[in-house]
Amino acid sequence: MSNDVEITAQIVAEHGLNQQEYDTFCQQLGRTPNLTELGICSVMWSEHCSYKSSRIHLAKFPTTGKKVICGPGENAGVIDIGDGDAVIFKMESHNHPSFIEPYQGAATGVGGIMRDVFTMGARPIALLNALRFGEPEHHKTRSLVAGVVAGIGGYGNCVGVPTVGGEVNFDAGYNGNILVNAMCVGLAKADSIFYSAAKGVGNSILYVGARTGRDGIHGATMASAEFDDDAEEKRPTVQVGDPFTEKRLIEACLELMATGNIIAIQDMGAAGLTSSSIEMADKGGVGIELDLDRVPQRETGMSAYEMMLSESQERMLIVLKPGTEDSSRRIFTKWELDVDVIGKTTDTGNLTLQHHGETVCDMPIAPLSDLAPKYDRPWVKTAKAPHLDAGSLPQRDAIDVLCRLMSAPDMASKRWVWEQYDRHVMGDTLMASASGSDAAIVRVRQTDKALAISSDCTPRYVKADPYRGGKQAVAESWRNLIASGAKPIAITDCLNFGNPERPEIMGQLVQAIEGMSKACKKLSYPVVSGNVSLYNETKGSAIPPTPTVGGVGIIKDISTAMGFASAKEGDMLILVGDTKGWLGSSIYAREIENLSGHKPPPVSLSSELQNGKFVRKANKKSLLRAVHDLSDGGLACAAADMAIASNVGVVLEPHSVLSDHAWYFGEDQARYLLSIDAANYDKLQKLAIKKGVSVSYVGEVRGGDIRLGSSRINLSDLQNKWEQWFPKFMEKTDANASK
Amino acid sequence: MRVAVIVFPGSNCDRDAADAIMQVTGKMPKMVWHREAELNSIDLVVLPGGFAYGDYLRPGAIAAQSPIMKQVRAHADAGRYVLGICNGFQVLTEIGLLPGVLMPNSGTKFVCKPLKLKVENSDTAFTNGYKNNSSISIPLAHHDGNYLVQDDELSQLEDNGQVVFRYEVNPNGSVNDIAGITNQQVNVLGMMPHPERAMGKTDANNDGETLFKSLMEALQ
Repeated sequence: MSNDVEITAQIVAEHGLNQQEYDTFCQQLGRTPNLTELGICSVMWSEHCSYKSSRIHLAKFPTTGKKVICGPGENAGVIDIGDGDAVIFKMESHNHPSFIEPYQGAATGVGGIMRDVFTMGARPIALLNALRFGEPEHHKTRSLVAGVVAGIGGYGNCVGVPTVGGEVNFDAGYNGNILVNAMCVGLAKADSIFYSAAKGVGNSILYVGARTGRDGIHGATMASAEFDDDAEEKRPTVQVGDPFTEKRLIEACLELMATGNIIAIQDMGAAGLTSSSIEMADKGGVGIELDLDRVPQRETGMSAYEMMLSESQERMLIVLKPGTEDSSRRIFTKWELDVDVIGKTTDTGNLTLQHHGETVCDMPIAPLSDLAPKYDRPWVKTAKAPHLDAGSLPQRDAIDVLCRLMSAPDMASKRWVWEQYDRHVMGDTLMASASGSDAAIVRVRQTDKALAISSDCTPRYVKADPYRGGKQAVAESWRNLIASGAKPIAITDCLNFGNPERPEIMGQLVQAIEGMSKACKKLSYPVVSGNVSLYNETKGSAIPPTPTVGGVGIIKDISTAMGFASAKEGDMLILVGDTKGWLGSSIYAREIENLSGHKPPPVSLSSELQNGKFVRKANKKSLLRAVHDLSDGGLACAAADMAIASNVGVVLEPHSVLSDHAWYFGEDQARYLLSIDAANYDKLQKLAIKKGVSVSYVGEVRGGDIRLGSSRINLSDLQNKWEQWFPKFMEKTDANASK
Repeated sequence: MRVAVIVFPGSNCDRDAADAIMQVTGKMPKMVWHREAELNSIDLVVLPGGFAYGDYLRPGAIAAQSPIMKQVRAHADAGRYVLGICNGFQVLTEIGLLPGVLMPNSGTKFVCKPLKLKVENSDTAFTNGYKNNSSISIPLAHHDGNYLVQDDELSQLEDNGQVVFRYEVNPNGSVNDIAGITNQQVNVLGMMPHPERAMGKTDANNDGETLFKSLMEALQ
């Protein structure tokens, strides 16, 4: 990888730049770039770093709000949670690496998202992950599940940040391209947030953390292309994680942040040293000069090209206030981390790289972001999905259906997964995956406040109708936080789609963003950070469109935290919201009738708002014992969840008009199931009338059975079916696949 | 009770242990960096959970070579108290203050779950607040908690009442379902489950608090 090679059209193409992009680069440079410069431009202008296909549409998201301290554009979003505290959070994808090398791909996804959060001054306090695998029968699925889960646990457990929630789904659409979306939430002081703008000239640039190796070179470019048959051969572009270094890096950075030595700080994520140095310089309006001989290296003979494009993990770049170099260095030495001053800020506006006494790169920084390609790619509207008439479906025994749904891969207990995650380290986890709540709940250390955090998306809805599905993902996130007793504040998102150069895929992205934006605006639920992952395709077959929503809400008093594990014998079951019995694109349609692609349930944002506010009010008035949002599998599955979590039976009455399958399993939105003390019924009813919300008595908490009308099953029998699917599925290759 | 919590670079339950001590004694313990070499006038040393050196080589193996461990040994030899939780237990076996080893779980996976333990010996400074043979609930979170010890040492542990906690359902393959043991002098306890996670703070379970209260009473 010498810098002397002639830049041919083939080399340009291998770097993922098209002719027009390359011409723009050359024009601005006024000459032909050398290989290092070409490499740097190619990663900066990759889809992964430049968001060239999505930028104009991302601008549609609402990103501001009373509580927003910092929206998209920095490493993560920052919101104000009062009392001088701030919450910093973001979600990011690590899809391609995880498919190639599941353990390391997932582990480094967790590591990367934590760095985005502590870079801004926060101590990470919670991790979530949204995982989508291929169909269980696919020959790769089991080993991918085992590897990804072990990787997530292996990293998060070691660093000592609890993994408190997430999603695990299966669909044949992910057979050749799984999704691993990791979310991190951190806690900081609102007056002590750190940003990436490298202001001032002549300031030292400190490199800290792991040494630079040849791993991950061109990871960002890989994440910007489809897979083909040689996906396996891309393994060398997958980075290797070291959580022990990450742990020390967190402690050392937080210690340095307390000194006041820092002007700017940025982690080296995708495109490593290149994007971190360029972004810092660009935001600060300065130039940067780096002496690559000073970069701590773990391999010999690395070229400038390799060093600049390496995606070795657990590295940070810091711009220091003058005269603080030695005191800063001491902190990293104490934590046994490599540290060196590798350059300084300049007034040239250029990125200048010295290597072995030669200038190997000298080019203006601003055009790399100013002239970065931005495409308004052609897109088409997704074809209108047909309506599914619930009346056309055959009658079935409701309990039999319930058993099949509760033991379906998407619905079955994920205990096998979350028992491998340390959910309680740091001592503030109130509700995690095991606990029976719609969101994870983590206390704000040494206060009575808590955060509710949830991750949501229903890809089968988005696929059938991207606009409606986008709206629904946001609405469900909001509803899950409400059901946990929280006030929803803001979201991060991870938009996973196929190849944007295909108009129908671009159409999915555009419509989903528009649906999400609509919901975010109506629910005052801004987007403060996020990530776009495109080209999730293998051999021309795209994944189901999956815009994952990571929601964060605040619970002012932990005694008002809510869940669905607290229903009691004798309670009344109350349904909030209207039920029309919508079965299009439902779990029922897919699992029982083998039907998909029908119009998903309508999302009335005004009903969401109204019903959500009502539930919050009822909770504040202490009228509720347990709350569960209604989503996949509708009323019956929500009631079954509640029964299992609360260890008591439930009885649901049939509907007077609707057929059993529409009533019990319809997925109409904006609904909650409440378990209340019968003595509170009148008060709840009055409140509902006052708020104009429809509530109806649907059954009660009683006995040791789940009863749907005249059909019943013993609670522990249902629980066994629900618990057994995952371990049975995994046991076949469990022993040799875990690492 | 003067308490020190040892902090290795990869300790991650050090704050949790300190919070537990604070909750019971009303006083923050001294946080001692592993390269410091002083443990003067300390009654109880806590070796916290975590991954002291990333579990490289073997859990606890590198930590056992840290400068502070000479002091911890001297502290124990002088009859003062040492509590090793999870990774702390692994470190204690590595330096030989407790017999045996902690191998990877028999299921080969990390396991995090609440668990019932049987209190086998309530006649120690660590456990005198529990009723003998009582069942307590203490959460567990580890990858290497599969306790193994040579047969003769095992009989000795059992005969001397050094097995203080036993799993009611074995989660990791430990011999004789052992969850926690003391040394012969009964001033060093190592246990895999995390009592500092059962302090009645995040749920109603405060079975772990009893252990710290027992120590406080014994050491006053």
